[in-house]
Amino acid sequence: MSTRTLVPPARLARPRGRAAYRASLALVLVLFTLVFLGPLYWLASSGLKDAQEVIQTPPTLVPGTFEPENYTRAWEVMDLATLLLNTLYYAFGALAFQLVLDVAAAYSLSKLRPILGKAILGMMLATLMIPATVLVVPQYLTVLDVPIVERNLLDSPWAIWLPSVTNAFNIFLLKRFFDSIPKELLDAASMDGAGPLRILWAIVLPISRPILGVVSIFAVVGVWKDFLWPMLTLPDPAKQTLNVGIYSLSNGVPVNVLIAALTIASLPTLLVFLLFQRNIMSGLTAGGLKG
Amino acid sequence: MPALTTAPPPVKTPHGGPPDRTARFPTALRRNLTAHGFLLGAVLCFAVFSWYPMVREFLLAFQKTERGTSTWVGLDNFRTVANDPAFWQAWSNTLLYTALALVLGFAVPFVAALVINEFRHGQGYLRLLVYLPVMLPPVAAVLLFKYLYDPGYGLLNELLGALGLPAQQWLQDPDLSLLAVVVASTWMNMGGATLIYLAALQSIPGELYEAAELDGAGLLRKIWHVTIPQTRLVLSLMLLMQVIATMQVFVEPFLLTGGAGPEGSTTTVVYLIYQYAFNFNNYGAAAALGLMLLVLLAGFSAAYVKLSRAQDD
Repeated sequence: MSTRTLVPPARLARPRGRAAYRASLALVLVLFTLVFLGPLYWLASSGLKDAQEVIQTPPTLVPGTFEPENYTRAWEVMDLATLLLNTLYYAFGALAFQLVLDVAAAYSLSKLRPILGKAILGMMLATLMIPATVLVVPQYLTVLDVPIVERNLLDSPWAIWLPSVTNAFNIFLLKRFFDSIPKELLDAASMDGAGPLRILWAIVLPISRPILGVVSIFAVVGVWKDFLWPMLTLPDPAKQTLNVGIYSLSNGVPVNVLIAALTIASLPTLLVFLLFQRNIMSGLTAGGLKG
Repeated sequence: MPALTTAPPPVKTPHGGPPDRTARFPTALRRNLTAHGFLLGAVLCFAVFSWYPMVREFLLAFQKTERGTSTWVGLDNFRTVANDPAFWQAWSNTLLYTALALVLGFAVPFVAALVINEFRHGQGYLRLLVYLPVMLPPVAAVLLFKYLYDPGYGLLNELLGALGLPAQQWLQDPDLSLLAVVVASTWMNMGGATLIYLAALQSIPGELYEAAELDGAGLLRKIWHVTIPQTRLVLSLMLLMQVIATMQVFVEPFLLTGGAGPEGSTTTVVYLIYQYAFNFNNYGAAAALGLMLLVLLAGFSAAYVKLSRAQDD
């Protein structure tokens, strides 16, 4: 099966077609660069302007003043180091919990198939039907007073980690991948006396590396980009995430310092994306329709 | 029950009679216990942070909570919510937002994917560009737009001026604020949809285009008669997802206009829920409004699940 463009290739082979192709390619490259990279350039360059220039009308495209110390001021005034470390702590903690508990659950549902397993999977998937924002209020009340253990998880990382495990979409992706692992492979290991945990560790997980990558990215990016939930459950300024911390300080700092802070806050995920873009983008389409 | 049918083969008993039935049960029991052990952690998390809140949402909607004690109040919460002057405005804003998001947020990534797919060069770069904003922390992206939209020192009005167009009060004008929010949100979120459409476009068999060309079809007719029918399933899934996501919009208006916006022009249903719960501590009203949204979206969710099953087959 060959894929095709809308414009017939034969037309592109002609000299005039080739010229038109080049011209439109150049146009599209410039347009996309302006639309998607332009605002980021505007952000990073405005962070270098002095307090006067950044709010001057008309705005300047190339900074006329040069104040790189805005960036160090943003780092100190907004305590970005703490916010960054907090976010990393929440994101990778959530990742660890999801990798252990969701992988174990998906493995059990796919390969160990306990009694009522289908019903449990159904109830997990049913949570995808409930709009997330509708659940925020009762979830928040639950975090204030967790039933049975009667703990208040406000301002505790558990308020991020434990709810992140209820990611039915990740469980679904993992289970679907585990389903495709041939039964014979696991049966052979079982004959050799390997228990379920050993089979999971030594056979299933090594084969599942691609899907584990996809699920990990979803897990980390999910926490990194979340706003409403961490704003509600982590009110203590010393425990806030990057998103919430910058938002709550955004009105108290000069515009150029705020913009420098936004630039700094954008860098970690942009760098990770540039490094792992192939995995992230193929994971997105392989992982189905979440984006 | 598959767990029982895969029990080990009958054990040969010393006296040659039928195997002792009880000997099989401990194995099946142990298998089930192990399997449930693997499930336990996730099931507990679901029970506490998902299933219990789901039940609680329904209970809250019909209760009033004062100083820790809850009393049944029937439909009172629903009446309170419906009598709020912001109620109809929030719904009409949310529907308008959804309509705008369908025109922009649904069409723009599809057109972007069609354009990117036409070129043999620079595809990797173009894909990278459209996905960049998705990786930004939402606060950075939204506040960047707030700065771009600023009527005094914002870049957008400056660009419009260069094109000979009048400057606008993007976030301060009640007629424009919702559109401004949708444009920002499309820029932030279109990357995922674009990449999914691109993958779908690349699975269209080339012969279909050739056949259409033999029939003399031009560019638009090829899109209408080949591209769209061939990607119909992905398109309808993304359409439903877009509706479900935009009906729940919160972060963009909250950060751009403070939530309500000029004359309440960006108040959405979810913002109203947020206000009831976290500004007025009226959890009952918040739950009642949430339940309305849930019922409305349940239809879309059910259609989505049905369609994605069809895609898996």
